[in-house]
Parts: sequence; C-alpha cells; structure tokens
Amino acid sequence: MRLGLVIDLDVCVGCHACAVSCKQWNASGTTGALTDYDPYGAEPSGVWFNRIRHFEVGTYPESKTINFPMSCMHCEDADCVTVCPTGASYKRAEDGIVLVDQRKCMGCNYCSWACPYGARELDRESGTMKKCTLCVDRIYDQEIPVEERQPACVLTCPAHARMFGDFDDQQSAVSRAVRERGGYQLLPELGYNPTNHYLPVRKHKPIETEGLGKPGFKERLKGLANRVVKI
Amino acid sequence: MHPAFSVIFFTVTSGAGLGLFALLYLVDVFKLGGGVSPDQVLSIGILSLIMVAAGLMSSVFHLANPVNAWRAFSRYRTSWLSREGVFAMAFYPFAMLYIGFTAWDASYFDTSRKLAGAVGLLLAWITIFSTGMIYGCLKTIRQWNTPLVPLNYLLLGHMSGAMILLAMTAGSEGMNNALRGIVLMLLVVAAAMKGVYYYWIGYPRAMGSTINTATGFTRAKVKILDQGHTHGTFLTQEFGYQVSRQLTWLLKAVVFAAAFVLPILLLAGVLGGASAGGAVALVLFGLVVERWLFFAEARHVINLFHGAQRC
Ligand code: SF4
Ligand code: SF4
Repeated sequence: MRLGLVIDLDVCVGCHACAVSCKQWNASGTTGALTDYDPYGAEPSGVWFNRIRHFEVGTYPESKTINFPMSCMHCEDADCVTVCPTGASYKRAEDGIVLVDQRKCMGCNYCSWACPYGARELDRESGTMKKCTLCVDRIYDQEIPVEERQPACVLTCPAHARMFGDFDDQQSAVSRAVRERGGYQLLPELGYNPTNHYLPVRKHKPIETEGLGKPGFKERLKGLANRVVKI
Repeated sequence: MHPAFSVIFFTVTSGAGLGLFALLYLVDVFKLGGGVSPDQVLSIGILSLIMVAAGLMSSVFHLANPVNAWRAFSRYRTSWLSREGVFAMAFYPFAMLYIGFTAWDASYFDTSRKLAGAVGLLLAWITIFSTGMIYGCLKTIRQWNTPLVPLNYLLLGHMSGAMILLAMTAGSEGMNNALRGIVLMLLVVAAAMKGVYYYWIGYPRAMGSTINTATGFTRAKVKILDQGHTHGTFLTQEFGYQVSRQLTWLLKAVVFAAAFVLPILLLAGVLGGASAGGAVALVLFGLVVERWLFFAEARHVINLFHGAQRC
C-alpha cells in the first residue's frame, strides 16, 4: 500500500478548515500536543501539520487565485528519513506513512532541513519534531464507521477538494483522479517522489460579461427596481 | 538559514582541531623541519583533542532534546550527521594511543605508534569530510549541495590547524621554515577554493527550483498573495533568514582579509615582526565570519512557498 492524498486545486476555496480540523484531531493524537506559542497575544505562532498558502497565477486580467494546502507528502524517497541520525524518523513499509517516533527524536532539526515541502515543525515545548501522521490513529480505527476512517482534513473539507487513498491500487479513486486529471507532484526535480498529488485547474469556458445584446424585459424591470431603491 | 552560534563554533573548532592533529602527525612521521619533540606531540595533541571535544559539546547545545543525543550514533548507514559522530568518536582512541606512545617515548612501540597515528589521521580526514557532507548532501539547499562544500571544510580545517601548529612550534627555527611554506600553500589554495565557491553560488543554476516548479504552474507568472500565517512559524524562523547583498559583499571582504590575505602578509613578513599568534586569531575570526555567511546565504526551497521566485 502507498497511502496519500490528492488535492484538487480547482476546487479548494482556501477556507483553512482542513488545517483547523487537523489541529483539533492531532492535538490529542499520537504525536500531540501541537503546542501553541502566545496564541491569544500579538504574535501568535505554533505547530501545525497542514498549512494553506495563496498564490496568484498569471497576470491580471488573465489571472487566477490558487489556494494551496500543503502537508507531509509521505515521499517515496524521503530524505528526511535518510538523514535522521537517531532513527526517530521512519517510513512504514506496510503503507508508506512517514512518522517521527517522539521517544527517540533529539530535536536536531536536521530532517526539517532535508524536507523540501516544509512539512516538519519542531515543537519547542517537547523538543521533538512533529509532522502529519496521515491520521494513522484514525484510518485504522475499527471502532468508528468505515466512511470515517479517513484523515481529519479529508473528512472536513467542505469543497471536497481532498481525497485519500492507496496509490498502489490502479483502480482507487486517487489513482484514477491523478490519471484522468493530470495530477502532478511538487518540485519533481528534487527527486523525492512525493506520494501526494495535486490536480491542476480545469479548463473552463470564460463566462461572457460583455456584448450580451439588448436587455430583455426582466433586466429592464430589475434596473428600474435598482434605481427606485437608490432614491 | 538561521545561523546558530553553537553550530558555527562547532564546525570551526572541531575542524581546526582535526586539521591540527593531521598536520601534527604528518610533521612527526615525515620529520618535516626536523620533526617535533615528544613533549610537543603531547601538548599539541591534547590541544587538538580538546578542540574536537569542545566542538562536539557545543553541537549538543543545538539540540532541543539532548537526552536522546546518544541515539545519534545509531544511523551511520544512511545519515552523515550520525557518521560524523561515529567517526569523531572512533578518532579518539587512535589519536590517544598515538599521543600516549609518543609521550612514553618507547622506541620499541614505534611501529604501533605510527600505525595508530595513521588510523587517527585517516579518521580525522573522514570526520571533516562528514561534517561537510552534513550540509553537502541536502538537495533542498542549492548553496550547499555541491562538492565544493566538503572540499572547503577539509581545506579550511587543515589551514587553521596548520596555523595553530605553526604558532605552537614557533620556538624552533627549522620547523618554522618548513611549516611556514605549508601554511602559506594551504592559505592560498583554501582562499582560491573559497573564491570558486562564492562564484559558484552567486548564480542560480539553470535547472534549479523556482516558484513555478514548486507550485506546478510552469506556464505563467506565479506570485504569493498570502503566506497563510498571522505571525512567523518554525519555517520562517529556521529558513526565512535573509542578509542583504551589500552585507554579504562586505562580509566576504572581511573573510578574505582576515582569514587569508592578512595572515599571508604576516607570514611573508611583509607587515614586519611576524607573530604567528596574531595570525591564528585572525584566521579563526575570519572563519567564524565565513561560517556565519555559509548559513546566512543558504536559501532553502521552502522559501519558494513563501513567495521567493527562485532559491
Ligand atoms: S514531505 Fe517532507 S517530511 Fe514528508 S516525507 Fe517528504 S521529505 Fe519527509
Ligand atoms: S529532529 Fe528528530 S526526527 Fe528530525 S532528524 Fe533530528 S532526531 Fe531525527
């Protein structure tokens, strides 16, 4: 098995709900707590497994806002694991999930230097490295209904921009989405072979805004109503 | 990268200590300039061991959870950081055997003495190389991911070590003349290689990572609108550090003046009464600035996700 996420950049609305539910679940999860520093002060900061950035692609007026959630990509060739001197960082053979053993980590930060995707953050309180666990403490839980055995971020996404599944299975929803929508990896030139894939923006027909012809009766009525309201 | 003082001190001090041991052994076995006395081997050897130990201790201060530091010796099969620790530890017994046999002055054990020293020398070299590879192996930082990095560490370690050896043996005339030539040569070669390194990192590689390869939008201009956090994060603290171009030029001038040019002039006697002690102080100061720049100039690819166009 090779578990990971697919993130649909065409659909993500940038609401940060995945990051919030991630924090909520993982604060009491296997590598919790996710310490906050100065949470109600002027300079709030803290440990997060999932961060959303916002980019503008293209130049106005041919531009588009892209919301960009990022968490650990559970890379196939994960240098973060290779460089770890203590053996605290490891990649599970059975499902490819990359984890940090909190009892072994010495807090040297070296793995975070080796990670291109900013997925690892040191917790100053515990002195150990923390990162996305792909909700390993939830996806195998036999006590909860099958449809809830998914990472918290995937369950919570209101736009259904996130998918979870097995990339080794050619017929899984994630494999199919990557195949059909041209899913891609970030920074492929570095050779980490990340498991998580991103779906590009679909090609939409632009919505006409100009030269739409003479307004009909309905539009004229609306215009009249608007003028009345303004007076 | 955020330049952490503990790591700067660690790399400069242990590099110089290992270089000092290497030069001491070579001068001793090849009897350069008449060789060194057993007493000198004892005092200089112990100084080199103390320097290496001080460096390693300071690197422990860099850890957020030092109780697990002992585990760092376990992953030498994949991690250069682990290898560095393992080789440094392996260096100690051989270096101590060599120093001990020499101080004891038992000619009966001369072969064992030289053999122990040779193994120590080899391990000293491998240790400095490993220190360089800790940085050199990271694909995420263009400025470090080059063979010039371990080469620079080797050259600068030997250069500063040779300088210290020269200062410690200043009393003997023949020694002085032989060593002076070696130190001068090391200074020139190390300066040239540092120059090559600064030239190399000065220009982004054609195939390097950009904000386009980072986001996958390779056919249009991409710019950051919002980094998504209110205040700084671990990522901005650790990787967001930036120095102005003017300051890097100024500091590079300081590095070349303090670590290379002034010591060369001092040793060549151009500046009058050559004091090797002053040259040592200059070199070490220059190397601290050099190491600070080494970190400050390194740009991690995570900065692309925070809006940098290229790294
Ligand atoms: S995203 Fe970073 S932390 Fe996650 S597996 Fe890849 S290199 Fe390691
Ligand atoms: S911070 Fe912890 S997990 Fe990361 S490399 Fe160091 S010991 Fe390994």
